[in-house]
Amino acid sequence: MRLLFGSCFTLLIAAAIGLGATWLTLTRGVAFGSLTIGAWTAWPKSGSVDIDPYARASIARSGELPTGTGDGVAFYAHTDDAGKNFDGRCSFTISGMTPAARYWTVTLYDPDGRLVANAIDRHGFTSEEIVRDNDGRFAITVAPLARPGNWLPTGGIEQFVLVWRLYDTPIGVATRTTKEGPMPAIVRKGCS
Amino acid sequence: MIRALMWILAAILLGGIVHLSTVLAMPQAAKQDAYLRLMPLTPVNTVVPLAAPTAERAIMPFMDPAFAAAVCRYDLTGGSLKLIAPVSQAYTSVTFYTRKSVAYYAINDRAAGRRTIELDLMTPQQHAEVPEEEDVTAADRLIIESPSTMGLIVLRALAPEPGLMATARGALARATCSIQPAQ
Repeated sequence: MRLLFGSCFTLLIAAAIGLGATWLTLTRGVAFGSLTIGAWTAWPKSGSVDIDPYARASIARSGELPTGTGDGVAFYAHTDDAGKNFDGRCSFTISGMTPAARYWTVTLYDPDGRLVANAIDRHGFTSEEIVRDNDGRFAITVAPLARPGNWLPTGGIEQFVLVWRLYDTPIGVATRTTKEGPMPAIVRKGCS
Repeated sequence: MIRALMWILAAILLGGIVHLSTVLAMPQAAKQDAYLRLMPLTPVNTVVPLAAPTAERAIMPFMDPAFAAAVCRYDLTGGSLKLIAPVSQAYTSVTFYTRKSVAYYAINDRAAGRRTIELDLMTPQQHAEVPEEEDVTAADRLIIESPSTMGLIVLRALAPEPGLMATARGALARATCSIQPAQ
């Protein structure tokens, strides 16, 4: 009787631990081979045959196709520089330097990777279309309501994700320091 | 007490096994991976343009809306595949994925160094069967080995601003992929 109870208990706990850990790692993402610069994190190995089993599982589950290493690298941000989650009802400023790349794009998604509906049908910017000042610097305002300059609308959704993609760039598996790859700063400006 | 600890230890070990095996089994079990999403939309061994992602619908999550995209879903059972992709004005890339969405090769227009990206895709066996002199004489012939018989080639052309999307789509519309019957 005790044996039966013990083994049932063990199997239950084992299933809970195992499936719970799988669910957690696939939804939160794990940090194997990640490259973090400020609020931005990339997984350069996910675009090659050296992709780890966790990234493979999460890609199979989501249905996305990772950016290939010979193509570029994608940096994801879920929070501002202070570590606060992105909230579509707040406004954020993105400014600063970008690493060397022939082109870059920045795109706003919901946490599942869908574009967010908005009045001006803008989902991001490319390095070519962004408005810069006389010194070549730029600032993007991510906000629910219209702003002058480079406005990236959030659609007022609760949570969003920013993806910064660098195309034809030396940034990748070998990048170690933030000096090689300065990424733009993200500062929260207030909430409506 | 010791007995209870033993049960817990066993539970943790077993939990670890369950965790690792579910992670490893996920790519086999996935019902919504990129290949399965594209299968109903793309005939095999043909370049098909992909609808641009919108807020309402997107074929795959996290698609870059600044790019025009096309896909060649390939099956090398009948022979090797020839891919010809003219490059667009701004930036064009070609990425090769296995059936399980692993990006095993990617090349961009600058690395290709020509006005068109031209590649031969074959399985390791088909590559071994290529006559040696042919391999040497055609030094500029780019041969890619596919780890799986089936997979995806995704062609992407950047539209640096929305007005150039039509140009980018136009460049991809001239891309072809076709099976080369074995000689």
